[in-house]
Amino acid sequence: LFSKTSGRFEDVSESSSETEEDEEQPVCHQEGNTDLLSEYWGIQKLAKYLKGGNPTATVIALCSMRDFNLTQETCQRAIRDIGCLEVLINLLDTEEIRCQIGSLKILKEISQNAAMRHEIADLGGLQIMVKILDSPDKDLKCLAAETIANVARFKQARRTVRQHGGIKRLVKLLEYISVGSTSLTPYQAKDTEIARCGALALWSCSKSTKNKEAIRKAGGIPLLARWLKCSHANILTPVVGTLQECASEPSYRLAIRTEGMIENLVKNLNSEHEELQMHCASAIFKCAEDKETRDLVRQHGGLQPLSVLLGNSENKPLLAAVTGAIWKCAISRENVSKFREYKAIEALVGLLTDQPEEVLVNIVGALGECCQEPINRTIIRKCDGIPPLVKLLTGTDQALLVNVTKAVGACATEPENMMIIDRLDGVRLLWSLLKNPNPDVQASAAWAICPCVENAKDAGEMVRSFVGGLELVVNLLKSKNKEVLASVCAAITNIAKDEENLAVITDHGVVPLLSKLANTNNNKLRRHLAEAISHCCMWGNNRVTFGETKAVAPLVRYLKSNDPSVHRATAQALYQLSEDPSNCITMHENGVVKV
Amino acid sequence: AAMSRRRLQQLVGSLGRSAKHFNESEVECLIQLFDTLVLKSGNRFAAAGFDRDTFRDALHSAFGMTDDTMLDRVFHTFDRDNDGCINVVEWVEGLSVFLRGTLEERIKYCFEVYDLNGDGFISREEMFQMLKNSLLKQPSEEDPDEGIKDLVDIALKKMDYDHDDKLSFMDFEKAVRDENLLIEAFGPCLPDIK
Repeated sequence: LFSKTSGRFEDVSESSSETEEDEEQPVCHQEGNTDLLSEYWGIQKLAKYLKGGNPTATVIALCSMRDFNLTQETCQRAIRDIGCLEVLINLLDTEEIRCQIGSLKILKEISQNAAMRHEIADLGGLQIMVKILDSPDKDLKCLAAETIANVARFKQARRTVRQHGGIKRLVKLLEYISVGSTSLTPYQAKDTEIARCGALALWSCSKSTKNKEAIRKAGGIPLLARWLKCSHANILTPVVGTLQECASEPSYRLAIRTEGMIENLVKNLNSEHEELQMHCASAIFKCAEDKETRDLVRQHGGLQPLSVLLGNSENKPLLAAVTGAIWKCAISRENVSKFREYKAIEALVGLLTDQPEEVLVNIVGALGECCQEPINRTIIRKCDGIPPLVKLLTGTDQALLVNVTKAVGACATEPENMMIIDRLDGVRLLWSLLKNPNPDVQASAAWAICPCVENAKDAGEMVRSFVGGLELVVNLLKSKNKEVLASVCAAITNIAKDEENLAVITDHGVVPLLSKLANTNNNKLRRHLAEAISHCCMWGNNRVTFGETKAVAPLVRYLKSNDPSVHRATAQALYQLSEDPSNCITMHENGVVKV
Repeated sequence: AAMSRRRLQQLVGSLGRSAKHFNESEVECLIQLFDTLVLKSGNRFAAAGFDRDTFRDALHSAFGMTDDTMLDRVFHTFDRDNDGCINVVEWVEGLSVFLRGTLEERIKYCFEVYDLNGDGFISREEMFQMLKNSLLKQPSEEDPDEGIKDLVDIALKKMDYDHDDKLSFMDFEKAVRDENLLIEAFGPCLPDIK
């Protein structure tokens, strides 16, 4: 009997939130060590009784096998080499409860190893374990669920569980009631244990998108909500873990909001268990995409514990979750005021150095949102937040760059901040980001450039000092990305306020490029394009050139839009363009007066 | 001969107290069952009780227990006065532990079942006796006894905490508390939940 090679990688193409934990098994090395050899033969000997013994002998052998260090590679190899894994799984398929329990205890331990998980799944172990969930024996149920939790750490296993009705049965385990009192009778404690094991398995399984849906369909959400109200951390953790995993789905976010779960999540931010705190913060992070949730978090007093948790900077996963939650909650301005009250801004600035990227993205995102309040832009300056932010402009992580540019741009709206940014060469750094291959970064940088140009002293001079900078901006008008185009138009609007620069970009062909964009239905682009055209009219023959390059007629159509900012910008543009008679004719021909 | 009503009441009362896990109506049912079994037994003991064969049949039909060695030992444990006959007190009190015993009670019970000569220890020889038919498939070149002896070794290694090559009650109890499955280590002597 040869076991299959352990070189299997998971296919990470399925669900969004899947962080695949299974890695390739390290290659086995030769042992010359006699200790290890005796373990190997010890297990082989026991296997004899598993294969050829009656239930009594089997149970003795199973119990004895657990005395070996089953996480050790030699032992696992022994188990695989002699076909012991098949025997263990076959034992699951009998009606002998003691053999099933004994076998599961072993499988539960060895399934912590990635290669073993695959073997167990390949041998059909999962299907049998799912069947066992129906057994009336509570110990058996718990063990089966816990083992499923271990095996289901890769995609195919999760699918197998679902395809054999596992999700339904696991959700059923949550039905074992009794929440409420902190001291449980032994009977109730056993039932809580069943629910805990069920939750563990669901947590593993919930990493697949289809399983999230299956859990919902099986009525899992109200049950999870019920368990969320209990006070035992050992069951709360897998329950919240499952909820935050599923919170990537809008249906879950809605349920979390409407079934009153935000209150419990906030309450558990104060738990003494850091893992639980982390999952609560993670859930809030994901749910706070929705405005109502952001309000609920505030109403249930969640913003303060989040701010306090910024003090625990040692636990990085916790910090990432907390900063993420703060970032998204800060999208609502009322929350920003609260965060300021709780001195979160100072704390966030203090964390700007020396943190892993996944934490920095969130910190900077939060600071960017906090800048909605003008006073916070000052606070950031006063606690020396601007230099580290500018420094982050030199990084390479794209998500981080998007957030940093946004934050720097927000800060740049204060002239005093702008001075510092300029002094630190921040605008040049932003400008270089226009060359970044990622369109989100390009757009974000362009948006940030607008307030910089607007608020810098000697803006015109500054812009001119960037070698090739103006040409770069104009060329971005060739992008296919609408957001990039809108942001670049906005930047051009600001650049064009300086006459000399307007001349330069005209030379670079900005007028025909802008005209080419005119045929669009995108309101955001329309507005910024119209503003850019407005300002570019103020030089030389540009008005005429716009007419010749057919920008006028499309602009007239913009007036039909229902967006008032589009109207305003278009009206301005048309006014400017109308100083050229042939443009007037075009406008008239297109019914501008009527509109 | 049927008991007088008053005597029955007294019996139910006293058994209800001594067999801690049954309430009075359950005790009454068990007494009725007892009477049925006595009749089956063919009145050999003048209604004082029923014999080994009847007991084994009862356990077989109620719980599907088939291991003769074990059934014998269970009978022996129920039959506390060792007179070859199960009387009503032995019946009810025995079932109280058998069906609903606490872990502690069941540990004591099983140890008694396995301690074949009643000397307070489960010896190698006794283990061998109980396990001798437990290997169904044997590699042909091997001496069948070797396999059983090895199994006894394995069991002792697992359960003999004081290393005196036999299992005292304390050894057994400790082993079972550590791993509940070992409570029926040497043979099925408790009912299955099915």
